Amino acid sequence: MNGADIMVKCLEKEGITDVFGYPGVAICPFYNSILDSDIRTILIRTEQNAAHAASGYARCDDKPGVCAVTSGPGATNLITGIATAFADSIPLVCITGQVNSELLGSDVFQEADITGACESFVKYSYLVKDANEIPRIFKEAFYIANTGRKGPVLIDVPIDVQNQTVSKFKYPEDIHMRTYKPTVKGHAVQIAKVVKELEKAKRPLICAGGGVLLSNAKKELCQFAEKHNIPVVTTMMGIGVMPTNHPLNFGMVGNNGKPYANRAMNESDLLIMVGARVADRAVNQPDLITKDKVLVHIDVDPAEIGKNAGPSIPLVGDAKHIFKDFAENDFCCEHEQWLETLNEYRNTMGIKRNPNPAYVDPAEFLRKLSSKMKNDAVYVADVGQNQIWSCAYVQIKDGTFMTSGGMGTMGYSIPAAMGAKLSKPDKQVVAVCGDGSFQMSMMELGTMRQHNVPVKIIVMNNNYLGMVRQYQHFTYKDNYSVVDLTGSPNLEKLSAAYDIPFIRVENMEQADAAIDKFLADDTSYLMEIMIDPMDLV
Amino acid sequence: MKKIYSVLVENRSGVLCKVAGLFSRRCFNIDSIAVGETDDPEVSCMTIVSSGHPTTMEQIEKQLNKKLDVIKVKTFSEEKSISRELMLIKIKYNKGNRRDVMDICTVMDAKIVDMSKTHMIIQVCDIPERTALFIKMLQGISIVEVARTGTLALQKCAEADV
Repeated sequence: MNGADIMVKCLEKEGITDVFGYPGVAICPFYNSILDSDIRTILIRTEQNAAHAASGYARCDDKPGVCAVTSGPGATNLITGIATAFADSIPLVCITGQVNSELLGSDVFQEADITGACESFVKYSYLVKDANEIPRIFKEAFYIANTGRKGPVLIDVPIDVQNQTVSKFKYPEDIHMRTYKPTVKGHAVQIAKVVKELEKAKRPLICAGGGVLLSNAKKELCQFAEKHNIPVVTTMMGIGVMPTNHPLNFGMVGNNGKPYANRAMNESDLLIMVGARVADRAVNQPDLITKDKVLVHIDVDPAEIGKNAGPSIPLVGDAKHIFKDFAENDFCCEHEQWLETLNEYRNTMGIKRNPNPAYVDPAEFLRKLSSKMKNDAVYVADVGQNQIWSCAYVQIKDGTFMTSGGMGTMGYSIPAAMGAKLSKPDKQVVAVCGDGSFQMSMMELGTMRQHNVPVKIIVMNNNYLGMVRQYQHFTYKDNYSVVDLTGSPNLEKLSAAYDIPFIRVENMEQADAAIDKFLADDTSYLMEIMIDPMDLV
Repeated sequence: MKKIYSVLVENRSGVLCKVAGLFSRRCFNIDSIAVGETDDPEVSCMTIVSSGHPTTMEQIEKQLNKKLDVIKVKTFSEEKSISRELMLIKIKYNKGNRRDVMDICTVMDAKIVDMSKTHMIIQVCDIPERTALFIKMLQGISIVEVARTGTLALQKCAEADV
């Protein structure tokens, strides 16, 4: 038995069934040992997408996603994926091969200081020096990744450590880490303070972020909001905490959010931010959410509280625990008028669009698409105009909405959708990207074919990097610079090359029939929808 | 606002880099940093002095606590601590100013620890303000090299009892 065997056994002990990766010499002992295991290996086409696929996988599962790549360029290619997961607090365990430990620091072939390079993007990292340490390190890594504020953990394993002979394998049952004890239970005094404010509040509002989904507190939040009739707005990462058409859901906040959601934030007298970072994209002016109101900030990460806005009541803890605690308190929260006001805002403050009939209107198209999708479907939006349109018009029922919200990494949707589909094969998984973001990950069509991952892909084609073009339209008076995507492949030919069915939608008249065909079977499908190049979000 | 952070960390390779990296990554100032092993060889103590806005000072403490190699963070102001800095200063002297240097050393409680016919090394161990004052006093004389440890500090006994 060697270190690599131990690594595989550790993954088995953690209940891991899938590993995304790309081999190279420095990780070969691991990929050799994994042949003796039932763990499925997915050969991704570029390392960055291994992390994205593991991220999509983790977001549909209760375990961290796992990826394993080689040293040097394999490891450095992984960095964007790790940083993307870190920004959205997605639990990953990333394994990198490393050169022989005696050669560390001598700049040999394919050596990169990956633990050093990743320091600010990982929750923690390990450089393994002795194979006997592997069980403890893996146990800790999975625990760290998936508890408290979740995030990626990196384990860098030199090839000689993977090849080191180990006499026995014993996976530790407990964790002994004096430096890591995340607070999950909210402080009773703080909870009582919030309850007191809820009793007084005339215009209470919950702003839910991705933390609610990460703590699996969707049900608890909805029950709490419904019981006390408290309206809910979400950040981009919080989309899906409540069905889009729920009467209490007032949509996404922020620069690209619903005007009435932002107005609700500004006019509330008690704002409960939960699992949200109060970052610039959601809250452009943090001083507005502290002015004339009581701000309650609930987060499992104490450092997020007060980072961007000083709350009146800080409450550290896991959202699920805290909503359970709220539920145990009996109190009365009266605010009939407030909901009426918000409904009036919703009815009068909609975004008006003037779609060009010669093209597909993304707003109407996405409404149609999502209404035809299965109730528990997974919708993965990429980055760009497609993301903003998705956030604004997709109707999430009981399903999952995923996107790279924090880092805004183009090319995320296809690998993340593959991860989601491999994690939950029974679910319908649709990735929506632009022609720019598609070309950042189109090599994964090969992975989809090889491993039979029936993901459905929609490419919004406007022949532009639309989001940047839009920015240049407003900021530089249509002085377009490096945003024209001429030279993109013919998607019909491309899908034929990969033997994936294809359909093109040129205008809204073709939409219904095309969507029905696209969603009919549990097979891969590539749909190209033609968008007005001048369309704005 | 000035704060002293006494940070107990796991004595492992790379931890100093992680902590220092946190300061640069989040644009926090480091006025001084001093690191050494504690009575427990598995634990090091980092004494970091930083200055900035009170909310930044609070973030520093929270972010330090998030680091998985950090065991404990104690924060205190200068008044509530006993702080010292060790400085070695090499100067070039001559007959004319030797007496002055020795007088300054006596007044400032500094020690001449090495000497040649032209140079001497003086050791000063005092609060940071006085080490700075010592440099100022010697500015008329030719200073060759200065090495300082940065501030070391412990919370005052009475404060810790509370």
